[in-house]
Amino acid sequence: MADTRADTAGTGGGRDGQVAVEVHDLVREFEVRRSVGRLRRAREVVRAVDGVSFSIAAGGSVGYIGANGAGKSTTIKMLTGILTPTSGTVATCGLDPVRHRRRLARRVGVVFGQRSQLWWDLPLAESLRILAAIHRLPPAVWRPRRDELVERLELTEFLTTPVRQLSLGQRMRGEVAAALLHSPALLVLDEPTVGLDVLSKERLRIFLREELTRNGTTLLLTTHDMDDVERLCERLLVVDHGQLAYQGNLAGLVARVGAQRVLVVDLAEPAPPLDGIPDTTLVGLEAGGLRQRLAFSPEATTAAAVLNAVSSRARVRDLSVTEPDIEEVVRRLYLSSGR
Amino acid sequence: MADRPSAWSAYRAVLGARLRAQTAYRGSFAMEVAGNLANSGLEFAEIYVIFHNVRALGGLDLKASLLVFTLSRVGFSLADGMAGSMDEVPRLVRSGTLEVLMLRPLSLLGQIVTADLALRRFGRAVLALGVLAVVLRIVPVPWTPARVALLVATPVAGAALFTALFIVAGAVQFWLVDGAEATNAFTYGGSYAATYSAAVLPLPLRVFFSFVVPAAFVGYLPTLALLGLPGPAGLPAWLGWWVPAAGAAALGLALLAWRAGVRRYTGAGG
Repeated sequence: MADTRADTAGTGGGRDGQVAVEVHDLVREFEVRRSVGRLRRAREVVRAVDGVSFSIAAGGSVGYIGANGAGKSTTIKMLTGILTPTSGTVATCGLDPVRHRRRLARRVGVVFGQRSQLWWDLPLAESLRILAAIHRLPPAVWRPRRDELVERLELTEFLTTPVRQLSLGQRMRGEVAAALLHSPALLVLDEPTVGLDVLSKERLRIFLREELTRNGTTLLLTTHDMDDVERLCERLLVVDHGQLAYQGNLAGLVARVGAQRVLVVDLAEPAPPLDGIPDTTLVGLEAGGLRQRLAFSPEATTAAAVLNAVSSRARVRDLSVTEPDIEEVVRRLYLSSGR
Repeated sequence: MADRPSAWSAYRAVLGARLRAQTAYRGSFAMEVAGNLANSGLEFAEIYVIFHNVRALGGLDLKASLLVFTLSRVGFSLADGMAGSMDEVPRLVRSGTLEVLMLRPLSLLGQIVTADLALRRFGRAVLALGVLAVVLRIVPVPWTPARVALLVATPVAGAALFTALFIVAGAVQFWLVDGAEATNAFTYGGSYAATYSAAVLPLPLRVFFSFVVPAAFVGYLPTLALLGLPGPAGLPAWLGWWVPAAGAAALGLALLAWRAGVRRYTGAGG
């Protein structure tokens, strides 16, 4: 079954199912034409992906992060056989994605958050039935799998509703079920939680976490949501201008850029500036001291310790903690790498 | 896996679902079919009016001309029913649906063709076949077994020819919607690409190729062969017997063009 040719040129990663994705020196250029003057058109070559190398072990979960236009989608398209690399090598599940697009499709499940793989005018149940036929799954295989997904993703109540009438959260659960019906070895999720409410996001994460451990599925996830990364990804790849800017875990990234959480306290009565609390910086003072913001590094102290210190100096009525968002962390990373 | 279903069962599932979706709203489906039939009926009426007043056209009399027109209509309407959804290619490219299709273990062309098999379009084929039956009763064909075979083969070959043209028109889109894949990479979702106006191009293109280039093969030449008439200079009547070969060749070329188009989309060069 394994491809005998295409992936041997890679970095020598195992081909015995140990490596789910192996990418070496991947480059993708696009030719963009712009009008210059009335008739002339300038051709300009843009490098969307510029020499990216990484590998994902089978069963690993990796977050692929970067600003819009950093080259995330282009990379995913090369991993799944939609786009041919300009240069470099890709092996997904041991296959050359473009040459073996159809064979690879049986082993990979993809959810593009903003496009649907379901049939809009058909009920979800029907879409799942068609997808089972498309993947040529025998009923003895797909029916139990469908029932399991329906139960775990709680699809029962809208299984017979046409997809176009579903809420975003319901549809996304349907999309995930559709991508997992054929029990793929690799699951690629492109912005799966975008636009979902907090509860839906959380339920989806719990499901995914469970799915990964149960079936040993490899996950590649692109997201703008820090919580997705925290909850789902063991490892992070940060891309910027088509190049890998960081590779490692979230704690390492946060430590490297010194991203800070902010504790926002609403006080019972106006208080003098809460400066001098250990390991914090006072970053905001509103309403004459009624609301104050204290930034701290999660490595240096905890929200509880900061709250304790604040409580000894003023009466706290309400509080919230804001996490560093991905954009912020990535921006800091870019700054620190001198871009 | 011993009892793994065939690829055909995949297409059957898609087609079955499409058909159910189309017939789900019976009222609107019936109206669409009626509208289509009325439209095709008008076309035939138009031809009748023209030939009722003109006794001969291009060396053919009314009856022979009717046969030319009817044969080509049968071929065209069959092809339109099958491959008419190739029109959708620009929309599939812009909306990113093409990429969703590429993530499935089926042929891209097969999926696009089956994605929107329009039942109502086959209504026209049925009408055209009905008219053909009537025309054959009034056209004096000197029947031989070979001519019967040619009569059966002609609509099939005609459908193949027109299908080939639909496929080529779809493949051409990969060049016309130029840059969409590049913009997709940067805008995600490709809403920007929707500002391209490539969709205006294919229609005249299609009209040209549909009615000018292959018309001789799907109607005129077989009619000459069926009626045993001599062809005009440069277009010998025996060419009519080559209609099936022409259909097969056109389909083959169209598939090559489609492959080149997909390769262009994926950026594999070519």
